[in-house]
Amino acid sequence: MRSHNMNFQEKLLDSFIAFEQDIDLLNPIHKYRKDALKRFEDLGFPSKKDESWKYTSLKPLVQKDYNLYPKSNIHIELKDVKKYFLNDIDSFKIVFIDGVYSPFLSKTTHDGVDICVLSAALSKDKYKKRIKKYFNKVVPSSESLASLNTSYTKEGAYVYIPESISPEDPVQIMHFSTGNQNSIWLQPRNLIIADKGSKVEIIERHQSLKDHSVVTNSLTEIYAEKNAFIDYYKIQNDLNTSCLIDNTFISQERDSNVSVHTFSFGGKLTRNNLNFYHKGENINSTLKGITILEENQHVDHNTLVYHAQPNCESHQDYKGIFSDRSVGVFNGKIIVDKIAQKTNAFQQNNNILIDNKSKVNTKPQLEIFADDVKCSHGCTVGQLNKEALFYLKTRGIPEKEAKALLTYAFANNVLESVKIPNLKKRINSLIAKKLGVNLGFDL
Amino acid sequence: MLEINNLHCKIEGRSILKGINLKINKGEIHAIMGPNGSGKSTLANVISGHEDYEITKGNIFFKGQEINEFSPEERAHEGVFMSFQYPVEIPGVTVTNFIKTAINESRKSKGLDEMPSSEMLKKIREKAALLQIDSNFLSRSLNDGFSGGEKKRNEIFQMAMMEPELAVLDETDSGLDIDALKIVANGVIKCSNENNSVLVITHYQRLLDYIVPDFVHVVMDGKVVKSGDKDLAKKIEEIGYDWLKNEKS
Repeated sequence: MRSHNMNFQEKLLDSFIAFEQDIDLLNPIHKYRKDALKRFEDLGFPSKKDESWKYTSLKPLVQKDYNLYPKSNIHIELKDVKKYFLNDIDSFKIVFIDGVYSPFLSKTTHDGVDICVLSAALSKDKYKKRIKKYFNKVVPSSESLASLNTSYTKEGAYVYIPESISPEDPVQIMHFSTGNQNSIWLQPRNLIIADKGSKVEIIERHQSLKDHSVVTNSLTEIYAEKNAFIDYYKIQNDLNTSCLIDNTFISQERDSNVSVHTFSFGGKLTRNNLNFYHKGENINSTLKGITILEENQHVDHNTLVYHAQPNCESHQDYKGIFSDRSVGVFNGKIIVDKIAQKTNAFQQNNNILIDNKSKVNTKPQLEIFADDVKCSHGCTVGQLNKEALFYLKTRGIPEKEAKALLTYAFANNVLESVKIPNLKKRINSLIAKKLGVNLGFDL
Repeated sequence: MLEINNLHCKIEGRSILKGINLKINKGEIHAIMGPNGSGKSTLANVISGHEDYEITKGNIFFKGQEINEFSPEERAHEGVFMSFQYPVEIPGVTVTNFIKTAINESRKSKGLDEMPSSEMLKKIREKAALLQIDSNFLSRSLNDGFSGGEKKRNEIFQMAMMEPELAVLDETDSGLDIDALKIVANGVIKCSNENNSVLVITHYQRLLDYIVPDFVHVVMDGKVVKSGDKDLAKKIEEIGYDWLKNEKS
């Protein structure tokens, strides 16, 4: 007997021929697509039998059917989507509507830096060398969802910051899903390269414009060359009918500094596969997250920091707040290679369960093969401190606001490292909104 | 202002208060003394509405209204304030933001608009000066890493900001050196007037040298066993509590 599950998987495999009609088969990257498809065929969708998918099931998702080819040329007005952007600052924008690039909503550039779309970078000769050097180089072949994304590589954001350049404005990468087609499966592919000594700030968001079934299997490759600085912010505040599988692979050369902040406040199911690979010494990696969930929402943070070189640091700090049958998963893996002496690796995952209907699964995994390292990890699952709540209430702060204030305070230190003030403000107000209160002050 | 009649209360099934009677009028300062475990802090918590304490008998009236079933925040809105023996540390919220929230929530409960920022700032400066608190301190996380003295000064600062009608000071003198004690006591005195009342709960007489009470009550085994004036506090300081063991209130 064949399940629907098999059907959608087969549909993905069968549809590849149609997909090939639409792309340049002579492009050298096409062999990556074909190899990746083969691997996906072998691996299939991950199941709960896979250790890293123990607490998150894709089964209900992949039992359904999805449209793989979105109708292009859907026009949306800026006024309808303006609120999803960080508006009060200048920024570059790379905007996609149902997977299709929207020049109308975007603000790209080739002036000193390349902030454009991947399809352009793949098709033009002048990018050939760079694509050859970077494309798919940090993505491990063992990942089935990454392979699936690679096989359908066509469109996404492309950012290249040349040596010693630091654009003043951040880049906003926005993926809208309109719901014009009821069920849709999107697979954006982003490639971010910061060359030696350069610096860039990026904000990424996936947003549905109305309730409909959408699954996004996104893949972002990030390369930080020697002494490059990258701050990457992921805002996940989608509607309760949207699912996101975010695969992010980061390759860092020596003296580079990369931070990824993930703000998970919405969506039906979100899986973050965040992977850092160290290629040189004296690297700094920061992984931070605030997760605030309710109403059956499910967020799974699956992190990997691969310390392969000596004298590097990584800092992980994930805070989660869960209520109303929501589920959180944190699975943080740190590998310290035999030669990675003097590694400093810290990992912290703290969670608050607002009620007893919500659930958290937290699992730190440390594999340390070097002997001169500092590694620490800690995870807590608890409730709001009752005495603190009483203290606040005696000061006239009602229960709801007192809980919100404590919850806010709990998440607050993760916000401290957000370097774009307007973004910090925005996240602060999203938290307040999510907690259903006006906190009465700004950050 | 505050009237407590035959108050009995329990926590986790254990009886702590066994018939407390206490009447505090407007403009009065009362002190409650008593040995460890006599129920002093419980009384403070019950007046403030701590939900772990169950009132099994008796009533608490505040400004003529029975408040037995009032939540802590409702009591605060009515004008009850408690200075904690052990103020809770809340990393991530600054003293300033905390006090702003507290004041504006209380105003909201009375149907008032938020206090204008300039007015708030002026008031914060004024009250901080009263407690010799510098502006640096105000931008630190609430009680986080504060010394014992800083915590208590911060409690009285909050009291000064909130201008309660009844301030219950639970062991405000514990952990204070003499200089800090003077600052705190001076803050309390400056805030007290003919329209509000203070209930000082303490182990020792020394705070009462600075905040001179109109009445002193001794609580033992959940009951007021003796009431008197400030001389009662002095007597206790000299000869302890033993002589009161067989007293009946």
